[in-house]
Amino acid sequence: MADKVETKPMPNAPDPVTRNLWYVVAATDELPPGQVETTMLLDTNLAMTRGADGEPVVWLRGDEEKGDEIDAETILDRLPVKNAYGYTWTCLGTPDADLFPIPEFAEPDRKNMSCGSIGIHVSAPRAVENFLDMGHFPYVHTDILGAEPHTEVKEYDVEVSEERDEVLATRCRFIQPRAAKSATSAMEVEYVYRVPHPFCSVLYKSCPEDESRQDVIGIFLQPMTEESCRAHLLQSMIDSYSTIKDMRRFQQTIFGQDKPILENQYPKKLPLDPRAETPIRADKSAIAYRRWLSQKGITYGVIPQAS
Amino acid sequence: MPLSLSDPTWYPIASSEDLPFRHVYQGQLLGRELAVWRADDGNVNIWENRCLHRGVRLSIGINEGQELKCQYHGWRYANRSAGCTYIPAHPADAPARRIENRKYPVREAFGLIWSAANDERPFTPFDGAEGKDWFALRPMPVNAEPEDVVAGLARLAPDDQPADLLPGLAVQLGAVLYFVQPIDAARAVIRGLLPERPSDEMTTLRHYNEVLTKLRDRLERAAARKEAPAPLTPLYEKVSADLATMPDIAIPRGNTFNVVVRRKWQNADGVISFELADRDGKHLPTFQPGAHIDVHLPNGLVRQYSLTNGPGDLMSYVIGVKQESASKGGSKVLVESVREGDVLAISEPRNNFPLRRDATRTLLIAGGIGITPLLSMARFLDKSSLPYELHYFVRAGENVAFKSELEVLHGRVDTHIGLAREAIREKVNALLGPYQFANHVYICGPGAMLEMVQEVAAALGWPDDAVHFEYFQNDKVIDSSSSFDIELARSAMTLHVPAGKTILETMREAGLTVPSSCEQGACGTCLTTVMEGEVDHQDVYLNKTEKASHTCMMTCVSRAKSGRLVLDI
Repeated sequence: MADKVETKPMPNAPDPVTRNLWYVVAATDELPPGQVETTMLLDTNLAMTRGADGEPVVWLRGDEEKGDEIDAETILDRLPVKNAYGYTWTCLGTPDADLFPIPEFAEPDRKNMSCGSIGIHVSAPRAVENFLDMGHFPYVHTDILGAEPHTEVKEYDVEVSEERDEVLATRCRFIQPRAAKSATSAMEVEYVYRVPHPFCSVLYKSCPEDESRQDVIGIFLQPMTEESCRAHLLQSMIDSYSTIKDMRRFQQTIFGQDKPILENQYPKKLPLDPRAETPIRADKSAIAYRRWLSQKGITYGVIPQAS
Repeated sequence: MPLSLSDPTWYPIASSEDLPFRHVYQGQLLGRELAVWRADDGNVNIWENRCLHRGVRLSIGINEGQELKCQYHGWRYANRSAGCTYIPAHPADAPARRIENRKYPVREAFGLIWSAANDERPFTPFDGAEGKDWFALRPMPVNAEPEDVVAGLARLAPDDQPADLLPGLAVQLGAVLYFVQPIDAARAVIRGLLPERPSDEMTTLRHYNEVLTKLRDRLERAAARKEAPAPLTPLYEKVSADLATMPDIAIPRGNTFNVVVRRKWQNADGVISFELADRDGKHLPTFQPGAHIDVHLPNGLVRQYSLTNGPGDLMSYVIGVKQESASKGGSKVLVESVREGDVLAISEPRNNFPLRRDATRTLLIAGGIGITPLLSMARFLDKSSLPYELHYFVRAGENVAFKSELEVLHGRVDTHIGLAREAIREKVNALLGPYQFANHVYICGPGAMLEMVQEVAAALGWPDDAVHFEYFQNDKVIDSSSSFDIELARSAMTLHVPAGKTILETMREAGLTVPSSCEQGACGTCLTTVMEGEVDHQDVYLNKTEKASHTCMMTCVSRAKSGRLVLDI
C-alpha cells in the first residue's frame, strides 16, 4: 500500500501553554552516556544522551538513530533541560516557570525510585484523570487497591488553589485490601491528590508503616502525540522492608492493570465539554481538572468545549 | 452512492453464533462500534460501544445475564433499555437520573443479527426468506469500499446466470445470498447465507471460504490502487444537560404512561398480582431493585406499588396487591374492578428504597405483602451472586405469595409462618445479631413490624444508615393544626402555611411544581432540603438520625415547630 495516500490529519500544533511546559522524557539514570536515545514529545522527534559528567542532553532529532555513539559535547543546539526527581525534563518552547515542588523527595529516609516508563495509546489527560480516580479500584485493581463489595467513594473535597495554580483533592478515603507493598491487611486509606501541572499528578497516601507520614507517588505524562503518551512513575516511600525491585514491581502491576482500560477509552482525547460524558459526585476531582484545563486554554490532547 | 451515517438500511452485523452464553461481541456498522450481547432471556442488545460515564468500550464489559457491567467502574446497564441501574461508587443512591446508553435497532433472523443506524424503517426480510433453514457462512472481512465488494461479488456469477442485485448492498448468486455489511467507508464484511444446512458443513464452509478469500485478495489489491474515501466520523451524542452537571440527590417526577393489564391472578390467599405491559409490546422503563410505581386508579386515586421484577426484566412489571377485607379506596378498586385487558396509567419507576450492593451481609426481612420490593432485591443479588438472606413472615402458609419466584432463588430464603408478635421479635433479634461493619438490613411490612425491627436493630448497635425500611403507608394521625411561614430560598418567595393545609398544597397554590407521590409521608418523593428552622416530622420515611438533623423533610405531611422554615426550593 506504499502508493496509498496518507489520510491522517495533520497534528494539532500544541497550544502555547502546552508548548511552554516542562516534560519528562526519560529516567536520567536510564539514559546511556555516549549513546543516542530517541523519543517523541508533542509530535516532535527528540534525541537525547548523557555527557561524560552524567548530565542529560536533549535536542531535536535529525538523522540520529537509537544506539548511535555520540559525544554530547558536539551537540550545540540543545533544548532546555532540568534534572529533577530522578527524571530528565525538557521543554520545546520557553519554559516560563520552575518545576512544581515535591518537597518529600528530599527527605533522607525515603526510598525514591523511578518505576519505569509505560507507553499508552491514549491522551495524556485521560491518563491523569485515571490517576485521580478511586472508583475504579475494586474493578481494575481488584484485591490490591480495592475489592468488592467495598466500592463506595465517600464525599471528599476539591479545590483549585489559585496561589499554587493546582487542583487539590483532599479527604479522599477508600477501603483497600492491600494499599502498598508493605500493607498486609485491609484498611481505609486516605489520599490527597495534587495536579500541579496539566500532565502530571502527585498523590499522598497513608503509609502502612508510619501513621504520621505519607507515601508519595507521582505520575509524569509525556504526551507523544495527542492520542498517545508515556507514563513515567515516581515512588517516594517510607518502607524499610521491601526492596526497590519489589516496590517497582508493585507499581508496575498496578499500571499494567490500568493500561488496557485506558486504551479502550473513546474518544482517546479528553472531552472538556461537560455534556460529553456523565459525571457523578465521585468524579469531582476530574470535573475540576477538566475545568482547569479549559480555563488554561489547553487544546492539546483534549477536545475543547465548543465556544 | 457514498455511505451515510444516517443510512436506514438494515444490515447483518454478526452471526447468531457470535453471541454465545454471557459473551459480549464487538460489532461495527457505518463507522460506529457496537457492543452486542445476548441476555439470558434470549434478547439481543446492540448498543453504542462506550460507557456513558468515561467512554470505556462496553465490549470489554461483563455480561451478567440480564445486565451488562462496565469493566472500569462497575456501572450496570439493564437488558433491553440500556438504562443504568447501579453506580457502585455511590451504593446508597438510586441512579436518580435517566442514564441510558444509545441503542440501535436489532433483529435476529436467518442465523444473522441485523441492525440499522436508526429505526426509520421496519425490518423486512428479503424476498423468499421465509420457510427455509438458512445457514450462515463464515464472515469475510474485506478492506475495500462496500459498493466495490458488491460489484466484486456480482462478478463471481457465471455468464449464463447473472447475479441479482438486491436492495441494501446484497447480491444473489444462484441460491446463495451475500450481504455486504458496511463497516466503514473503506471496510466491509461479506456475510453469506445458504438456503439450507449443508450435509457436510466443514467442506462447504471451506469451499466458500476459498472463493471469498480469492475475491478479497482481488478487491484489496484494487482498493490499494485507488484513493481511499475518508472514514465515516460518527458523532457521539451529547448527554442531556441535566446529566452533565453534578447531580444533587434528587428524585425527579416521572411522567405517566399507559400500560395494559396483561394478567391478573390470585397469587396467594389475600394477594392479587397484576402483570402490566406496554400496549405495543415495547419494553418498559429501567428500574432499580426497591423501586415503586404510582398506579392511577379508575376512581382517581393514586397508589404506590413496589415492582417485584428481577434485573433486565422489562417486558412487563409485576406487582402484588393486598386484598384487604376492610380496604378503602385504592387496593379495593384495583382488586375488584380492574380486569385483564384494562389500560392503567402508571408513573415511571421511582426508587426511594435503594439497595446497596457493597454489603458483606444483606438481610431482607418481609412481613406479608412487604415481600414485593424484597423479592426484587433478592433477584438482583441472586443474579450477581452476592450473598443475601431473605426472611418472609406470614400469618399462614396460604398467605405465601410469589412461591415459584422464591423457589428458584439460590440464596437462603426462609418462610416463617404464624409466629406471634413476641416470637417474631425474638426471631428478628437472633437473625440480626450484633452489628458488624458493612452489614445492611432491609425491611418492608406492616408499620408495627417495621418499628419493632428498627428498635431491635438499634438495641443491637445497628446504626440508622444500615437499617433500610419502606412503609406501605403512614398510619400515624397527622396533626395539621400548626401555622407558620416558609421561605423558599431558590424561588425567593415567602408563603404562609395555615392550619389544615400542607406545605405541599401551599406551594402548589403559589404556582410551584413540586414532586410528590403518596402524599402521606411514606414514599419519600417530596423529600426537601431544610436550610433553617426546626421541623415537626410526621412522616415514616426518614430515619431517626435524619429527622434529628433537621436538614430535610417531607413537605406532604411534616410541618414546622419553629415559626419559620427555610427550604431549598
